[in-house]
Amino acid sequence: MVSDVVRIGSSSDMLSKPADRRISEKLIHVFLFLCASVSVLTTVGIVLVLLVETVQFFTEISVFEFLTGTRWTPLLRPQHFGILPLLCGTVWVAVGAGIIALPLGLCTAIFLSEYASPRVRGIVKPLLEILAGIPSVVYGYFAVVMISPLIRQVIPSADVFNAVSASLVLAVMILPMVVSLSEDMLRSVPGSLREAAYALGSTKLDVTCRVVVPAALSGIIASFLLSVSRAVGETMAVTLAAGATPNLTWNPTESIQTMTAYIVQVSLGDTPAGSIEYRTIFAVGMTLFVTTLTMNILAQWVLARYREDYE
Amino acid sequence: MSTSTEIREQVRTRQWMDRAFAWLCGGATLVSVSILVMLIGKIVIEGVARVNWQLLTSFPSRFPEQAGVKSALVGSLWLIVLTAFISVGVGVGAAVYLEEYVPKTRIRGLIQTNIANLAGVPSIVYGILGLGLFVRAISLQQSLIAGALTLSLVILPIIIMASQESLRAVPDSIRHASYALGATRWQTIRHQVLPASIPGIMTGVILALSRALGEAAPLVMIGALNYVAFLPQGLRDPFTALPIQIFNWTSRPQPEFHELAAAAILVLLAMLLGMNAIAVFVRYRYAKHIRW
Repeated sequence: MVSDVVRIGSSSDMLSKPADRRISEKLIHVFLFLCASVSVLTTVGIVLVLLVETVQFFTEISVFEFLTGTRWTPLLRPQHFGILPLLCGTVWVAVGAGIIALPLGLCTAIFLSEYASPRVRGIVKPLLEILAGIPSVVYGYFAVVMISPLIRQVIPSADVFNAVSASLVLAVMILPMVVSLSEDMLRSVPGSLREAAYALGSTKLDVTCRVVVPAALSGIIASFLLSVSRAVGETMAVTLAAGATPNLTWNPTESIQTMTAYIVQVSLGDTPAGSIEYRTIFAVGMTLFVTTLTMNILAQWVLARYREDYE
Repeated sequence: MSTSTEIREQVRTRQWMDRAFAWLCGGATLVSVSILVMLIGKIVIEGVARVNWQLLTSFPSRFPEQAGVKSALVGSLWLIVLTAFISVGVGVGAAVYLEEYVPKTRIRGLIQTNIANLAGVPSIVYGILGLGLFVRAISLQQSLIAGALTLSLVILPIIIMASQESLRAVPDSIRHASYALGATRWQTIRHQVLPASIPGIMTGVILALSRALGEAAPLVMIGALNYVAFLPQGLRDPFTALPIQIFNWTSRPQPEFHELAAAAILVLLAMLLGMNAIAVFVRYRYAKHIRW
């Protein structure tokens, strides 16, 4: 009799015996725990995979040479393993992107949060979200067919692939991120603060620059850090736009190579596993991972430490 | 002594600066939006002539006029379906565990921080993980399944965070009512909490999958091929994907290949647009039925 009822289907688990139910609850608990532990295992996996090969790499190349060498030519003879040229490339494009995207993004965020009518905001925000959803390789295309030729018209001496094009295209890529994160922060400043400032005779400019932006400053700085960290880790667009010449240079119109672009270059060739060239991927990957992780943790720390609470 | 004309002068300056700042911010917004218009416009102008049946049904070729995205399109579809199978269950499961099972302790805080940090790890680092773990250590080689597993890890943090937010939005009164009727924890989740949060979870999942669809860097790392003139038949077969095909065509110097790249981008963007439309539809369709 009971078994007939049980077979009815969706109501089965309601009517099963308490002992069965306790077991199934336990099983589900364990299953869900395993799901959650995947995220922890991913972190462990990343660190282990990077660490194992990086340690192997450093048995052959000294850490000192890696961190202070000024030439990076692992794929050519004579081989040199100084990461500074790759770091230089990465810093060029990330800082360049930041210089353009951060002020532009902050002004856009201020406009959307403080000036725009709900209708304008309702149109512009989704448009910027589209920009955020466009894949990285598409920006690479944009850099190659549009930005680089433009740069070469303005500065005829520039290389076909150069740091400026890469910075520009990265700036476009991180712009929506700066806007959306900063705008969230500006909007979370309570209206009462603005009204109090208006009551004292402030103009909108005063309210924005002396009340709202300072109140949201920790969030804005965090959004800057996260966006630049995104730029550091960006791969396909930079690979297409910046070139493949590790280059310790002060001239942004020259061809350079970033850490990410180098990793792609090696994996596109056929480097045998276990060779020193293969291990450079992991050593550079480790450097990249540590750099972006530091920036992300810094962003979280700024948010937690300097957050203003208006409850 | 400050006279009324001086004050008036000061007020005028302040008003002028106020207006200038408004224009500055408005101008910045205009620039941001026009970049998008330029980007899309350029791609459409370059590529729209090449989007046709031949593009969709031909394999890549050395001759740009014969080349197509057949293998890349099929590879991307395989990848996205496999990635969905792998990541959705695990991601939603992890979110349910974190929201409904673990008390708000330090350990939960640590896992949460860990997930937030994973979301910030560059996708190419996941590619390195995929190369070391899936391709070499469990020797899946350059196969579809290795690609899908890697992409799953990339989007897992996004799915978990979106699902958590959605679960958190279900009021506790619903849970308490269910417990009061004698339901167990899982019955409460299965019959009350999950149905209520499904629209939010679905939206997050679809957005995460559209991220996976556009990813190229991790696939390049695990060794997806540049030139594939066959369709994958099973999980262990080598493959290519749309973003990789686009990368390959863009990196060639000939303008004919750039046109092909633009056409392939249009195909990719159309797929992304379709997925986003589904997400919006799901949100509207189901959001109406929920009233707390």
